Amino acid sequence: MRVKLPSAFSPPGTATAPAVSVAPAAERPAWLGVVDRIGDFWIVGVLGLMVLIFGLLNTQLFTKGAWLSISNFSVEYLLLAVGQLFVILTGGIDLSDGAILGFTGMVSGAVMQSMLSSHAGDVLTTSVGFVVAMALGALIGFVNGFLITRLKLPPFIVTLGSLTAVGAAPSLINGGTEVSNLPPQIGNIGISAIGGWIYTTFLIAIVAAVVFGLFLHRTRFGLRTYAIGSNGLSARRAGINVDRHLVWVYTISGFLAGLAGMMVMANFSVANPLAGQNDELDAIAAVVIGGASLFGGRGHMLGTVVGTMIISLLVTGLVLVNVNGAWTEVATGVIIVAAVTVDQVRLRLAER
Amino acid sequence: MESQEPANDSLSAGDGAGTFAPAGADRGVPTVSVRGITKHFGTIQALRGVDLDIYPSEIVGLVGDNGAGKSTLVNIISGGVQPNAGTISVEGKKVSFSSSLEARRLGIETVYQDLALAPDLSVWANIFLGREKPVKGPLGRLGWLDRKAMANQAQADLERTRIRIDSVNALAGRLSGGQRQAIAVGRAVAWGSKVVLMDEPTAALGVEQQERVGELVATVAAQGVPVLLISHNLPQVHKLAHRVVVLFQGQVVANLRSDESSVDEVVSWITGAALGTRRP
Repeated sequence: MRVKLPSAFSPPGTATAPAVSVAPAAERPAWLGVVDRIGDFWIVGVLGLMVLIFGLLNTQLFTKGAWLSISNFSVEYLLLAVGQLFVILTGGIDLSDGAILGFTGMVSGAVMQSMLSSHAGDVLTTSVGFVVAMALGALIGFVNGFLITRLKLPPFIVTLGSLTAVGAAPSLINGGTEVSNLPPQIGNIGISAIGGWIYTTFLIAIVAAVVFGLFLHRTRFGLRTYAIGSNGLSARRAGINVDRHLVWVYTISGFLAGLAGMMVMANFSVANPLAGQNDELDAIAAVVIGGASLFGGRGHMLGTVVGTMIISLLVTGLVLVNVNGAWTEVATGVIIVAAVTVDQVRLRLAER
Repeated sequence: MESQEPANDSLSAGDGAGTFAPAGADRGVPTVSVRGITKHFGTIQALRGVDLDIYPSEIVGLVGDNGAGKSTLVNIISGGVQPNAGTISVEGKKVSFSSSLEARRLGIETVYQDLALAPDLSVWANIFLGREKPVKGPLGRLGWLDRKAMANQAQADLERTRIRIDSVNALAGRLSGGQRQAIAVGRAVAWGSKVVLMDEPTAALGVEQQERVGELVATVAAQGVPVLLISHNLPQVHKLAHRVVVLFQGQVVANLRSDESSVDEVVSWITGAALGTRRP
C-alpha cells in the first residue's frame, strides 16, 4: 500500500501527483448503491442520532436554554472551522487560528479601551474594534500564506510558528490582563438574541458559513481551492496561480479568526488574553468530522457546520447527563477517529 | 557515455532524417514544425539539432531509448523547457513561449503521463479547470460559475470526440483508467488544440483499455488534429502511428513510414544497430 503524508507536512507544490490506478470493472452488489446515495451526508444522521440519545437521557435538551447554550458555544468554533475548511481543502493546515483569535481580540480590545479613554463615540469605537480585529487577523493569515508559498515551507511548520509566536503575544498587551473597558455595544451583541432564540453572534457565524459556503461551492475561487488540494500539479498546469490562491486561503482563515475574536469578546464582554487557546484543534476536528480529508480536495461546508454542531452538542449534552467535563474531550477524540474511519470505509465501498 | 558517442557526421541518417515528407507536397504546411532544436543541461547535450514536422491528421510516433532526448523534445514543444537554439513554428508561423500555458494558448495541448486530472473534481470541472465560465452579470464578476453551461458543453465536447462517459458530473477519480485517459484527451481536443502531444498514454492501462486509447487517438487525428505519440510500447506505436521518428543520442536518426517498415527495423534504429550498417 502506498503511504502518503498530507501535503500540510511538505512544502507546497512538492507533493507527487496521485498515481493512475485502474479499477477493474466488476459487478457491484446492489446494497452499495445505498452507500452512494447516503453519500457525504451520513454525518447529518449522526448528529440527529446524538440529539435523540441525549434527548432521551435528559429531555432538557429540547429546551430553549439548552439550544441557546449549544448555539452560543458553537460560534467561535464555527467561524474558525469555516476558515480551516478552506485551508484543509488545499491540503494545508492552519494551527494558528486559535492564537489569532486571542491576539486580535486583545489588540482590538486595547485599541477600543484607549479610544474610549480619549472620549471617542461608542459606535465609532465598536466599528474600529471590528475592523482592527478582522484586518489584523487577515494580515497574520496573509503572512502565513506568504511564508508558505514564497519560502516553500510546509503549512504545518509555518502555522506552528505562528501559533507559538502569536499565541504568546496577548500576554504582552495590557499587562497580560483582561480588557474590560469596552463599549456597551460589544456586550450587547453577545447577549442579544433575535426572537429570544438566535444569538446575534450565532447569526453572524451562520451567515459567514452560508456566504463562505456559497463562495466555496459555487465560485471559481472555490473550485480552484478544491483543484489545488486534489492535484496541485495539474492545477498549476491548468494555469492557476496556486501560490496567490494559497495566500488568499490563509488570509481568509485569519480574517475569520479575527471575526471569531470579536464574537468571543462579545460573549464575555471582555477581551481575554487566554481566549482561543487550543481552539484550532477543535476547528480541525469539526472539519474532519464533517468529512474533509487532510490530504485536501475533499470536504464540504455543510459537513463542517454539522461537525461543529456535533462538538458543541457533545459538550452541552454531556453536561446535561451529568458526565464529568473531561469526558467531553475523550468523546471528541473518539468521534474524530470514528468519523474518519467510517468515511474511509465508505469511500472504499464507493470505489468498489 | 557522451564521450563514447560517434562523431555527428556518422549519426546523420541521410535520407532517413529531416528531409522526409510523406505523400509529398500536397500535405501543405505542417501543423507543427521544429527546426534545429538543441538543448544542453550543463555539459550534457540532450538534443543536437532536431528537425521534426507534424502534418494535419497525422499520428507521429516518437521513440527512442531512455536518455535519447524524447522527454526533452516533448517538454520543449509543450513549453515546459526552453531550447538553447532552434525554432518552432505552428501552422507556418514562428512562435516562442516560455511556459506550457503559453504553448497551450497557441494550440499545443499536452496529455501528460499522469493525465493531470484532479480526482476530486467532476469531469466537467476537470475539462474547464483554469478556463472556467462565470455567469453573465455582476455575480459573474465575483466568479460565480455557470455550472450547467460547463456541464452541457463538456458533455457535447466529449460526444464530439466519441467519448462515452455516463455523467459529466461523476468525479474523475471514480472513473476507470481508460475513461480518465479519454477525458484528458477529450479536454485537449475540446480546447480547440492544433496538435496533441501524448506522453506514454497507455503505460498504466490494461490491454483492452490500450485498444480504446488507440481508437481515441485515431478519432482525434481523423478530425484533423495531429497527434505526437511518445511511447515505449513499440508494437503499439508502430500500429497506431503513420510515421515513426526515432531519436538516438539527441538526434533524429530515422523517420519511417509505418506501412513501409517493421517493428524490428524501428528497434534497430533505437538501439543504434542500424547506424552505418543499414539505410532505411
